[in-house]
Amino acid sequence: MLRFLAARLLATIPVLLVVAVFVFLLLRLTPGDPAAVIAGDNATGEQIEQIRESLGLNEPLITQFGIWIGNVLRGDLGESFFFRMSVTELIGQRLEPTLALALCTIVLAVAIAVPLGVLAAWRHGGWLDRALMGFSTLGFSIPVFVLGYLLIWLVSLELGWLPVQGYRRLSEGAGPFIRHLILPSLTLSVIYIALIARVTRASVSEALTEDYVRTARAKGLPEWRVLTRHALANAAVPIVTVIGIGLALLIGGVVVTESVYAIPGLGRLTVDAVLARDFPTIQGVILLFSVFYVLINLAIDLAYLALDPRIRY
Amino acid sequence: MIRSALLALVAAAFGLAAPAWSQQKVLRIVPHSNLTVLDPIWTTAYITRNHGYQIYDTLFGLDVTGKVQPQMVAKVEVSSDRKTWTFTLRDGLEFHDGKPVTSEDVIASLERWARRDGMGEMLMSFSAGLQAVNARTFRLTLKEPYGLVLESLGKPSSNVPFIMPRRVARTPADRQIDDFTGSGPFIFKRDEWKPGERVVYVKNPRYRPRSEAPSGTAGAKVAKVDRIEWVIIKDPQTQANALAAGEVDVVEAPAHESYPVFRKNPDIQIVETNPLGFNAILRFNHLHPPFDNVKVRRAAMAAINQAPILRAQVGLPDMYRTCFSIFPCGTEFATEVGMDLVARPDLKRARQLLKESGYDGTPVVLMHPTDLAVIAKLPVVTAQLLRQAGFKVDMQSMDWQTLVSRRAKKDRPSAGGWNAFMTVWANVDNLNPITLQAVGASCDKAWFGWPCDAQLEKLRDAFGRASDASERRRVAAQIQARAMEIVTHVPVGEYNFPVAARKTVKGFVIGYFFVPWNIEK
Repeated sequence: MLRFLAARLLATIPVLLVVAVFVFLLLRLTPGDPAAVIAGDNATGEQIEQIRESLGLNEPLITQFGIWIGNVLRGDLGESFFFRMSVTELIGQRLEPTLALALCTIVLAVAIAVPLGVLAAWRHGGWLDRALMGFSTLGFSIPVFVLGYLLIWLVSLELGWLPVQGYRRLSEGAGPFIRHLILPSLTLSVIYIALIARVTRASVSEALTEDYVRTARAKGLPEWRVLTRHALANAAVPIVTVIGIGLALLIGGVVVTESVYAIPGLGRLTVDAVLARDFPTIQGVILLFSVFYVLINLAIDLAYLALDPRIRY
Repeated sequence: MIRSALLALVAAAFGLAAPAWSQQKVLRIVPHSNLTVLDPIWTTAYITRNHGYQIYDTLFGLDVTGKVQPQMVAKVEVSSDRKTWTFTLRDGLEFHDGKPVTSEDVIASLERWARRDGMGEMLMSFSAGLQAVNARTFRLTLKEPYGLVLESLGKPSSNVPFIMPRRVARTPADRQIDDFTGSGPFIFKRDEWKPGERVVYVKNPRYRPRSEAPSGTAGAKVAKVDRIEWVIIKDPQTQANALAAGEVDVVEAPAHESYPVFRKNPDIQIVETNPLGFNAILRFNHLHPPFDNVKVRRAAMAAINQAPILRAQVGLPDMYRTCFSIFPCGTEFATEVGMDLVARPDLKRARQLLKESGYDGTPVVLMHPTDLAVIAKLPVVTAQLLRQAGFKVDMQSMDWQTLVSRRAKKDRPSAGGWNAFMTVWANVDNLNPITLQAVGASCDKAWFGWPCDAQLEKLRDAFGRASDASERRRVAAQIQARAMEIVTHVPVGEYNFPVAARKTVKGFVIGYFFVPWNIEK
């Protein structure tokens, strides 16, 4: 087990190295010059050239890469071209909103989707099952921004229950923190509820046809115990996989929700950095996302051990 | 005792315990863009200019009638030969750190500004030197009389000659400053700055405003709120929702589609703080075919019809207007001299001119920024008009930052260069032919597109030397005529983005852009 853990963690290094080289080269090949963006609309070519020089963008690519990777190895992700702030500090500011939103969303989605999926599997073909499938189709089909604006209109503007936009850090109090997270999490969770519920339904349906379920029922176990202890427990591996992937996607892919609710998270930072060609920030954020993906995958693999005793590493 | 301690704990946990500043008057503004660069001399971005106006002061301001008025300066003396200008600063001016503003600070600030700004550079080219006479008095000595001394020092838009402490202003012009001490009406709270989320300023208790009424960038800059928060919201619908819910007080530049919604809301007012608005232009690349040929540029000019382009872009008839001048309509130098083709667009004539030009069907690469809503529709209609005139148009879609990077390239269009693009300028930058960059024709040193015309440059120089207003008007008209003769660019009309605000907000200053002083809530 420890050897497995160590091997997986060591395997992260080449992954990150490949990501680093790939992102660095891709950014330099993409059209766009950060110096022109920084200089502003009224700047002349001469001013842009001065800024390029001061940012070190006129250095050969290999030199630029060497400097950057050297700094990364020392734990320094560099300084944003725009904000004169270290990339680590910028990411630090944006990490909490993204993590809070992702965790709230996934907790909400799991809390709703798993019971719904189990119930739908249990009443396979019944009205609940059909309602759930209908909801799933709706959840997959409705664009996140449409749902976001609808919820804002109803809950915030018409009823005045929750704020329209923004994020409050936990340090500013649990109340404001939660109030600002409810609508975005609800908006984001719909698609994950649809996804997780469908996977749960399919897995549990399959498990319910197994012999051990028939045996459990024959032994006279109550139905809820059959569903939770026998069917759900055996159907957990694909569900956990989907939840893990969902969490990974949430961390890097909540930009639309972050925009609709003006949440200063990593998604918006990434898009802003890409639009502004802020190379050090993009590189730093992508590296961070890679670390997240690797760690989440590792966590999923470890969860398999707990969920399925037949799995051994 | 235990009960109150517990209550305090619960209140803190649920955010009920108010922060120290919550009793203060806080003005929450959604600015027109995210603040990224903090040095207003290093970049020409308008958002950084606005940031600068909050924390720095200027020697002179420009009032809403276009007159330069003293701001930090108390007195100006000009020698009879107009070559020696002596300025005395107002008494009691202090930086945020309590240190007095001195002549040395002013000189260092002007020198740094002049290394980055075209108008500053021109002023310094006439200068024989800047000397401190004493702590509050400094002298500008000119090699020969220059007609735009006060206009330069009171330049209202990017780059603005903001006054910084000498220790800051001595930062090389190609490096950004790290210290944001100013002497303006507000203080930048760097410790509360969260890029992409929030920018915070607090009232400067040391600031001594002038006694005149505020107007443009001149007059009394009285901070009437304790704290200003710029809340960065990029999505136009979210901006509108936040304003409707009262979560923000002001949206500086809403999307045009939001105004009809605001007009129906009894709690929201629409305030025009910048009546001059913005001017859209079509810019040609003079280096490469087909627009290296003036006859082809004239044919394109004849095809451009402002009204349908503006209608498509803005939509709201009260927020756009045609303007047949390179200078903002209604201002001192506005004239229709030389604007025949612009004022009377004619596709038949355009086709004829194109035929006479010998245009060989070379595709015109017109860059189209799809992500910048304020100009995204301009190229779409323009491309259609050019096609109707006989041009082969290759409209290439890209994001604005790619366009900004690409327009700086002088390569051939087939090798990553370009032929034409469209943009908008704040009209405050177009008030005279020195700040109006589109008419600069100094070849390699000119603004993107690089027109090259000695006669036009000579006229701009003559404008700088003109000693009185009537002569300046005469030269400005000649500049317009020559610029349109060689077709440096095509003006496409003017439009506005009025401020939207809660009705509880009062005291907006009318001028050239949104300024935060005098506003109360």
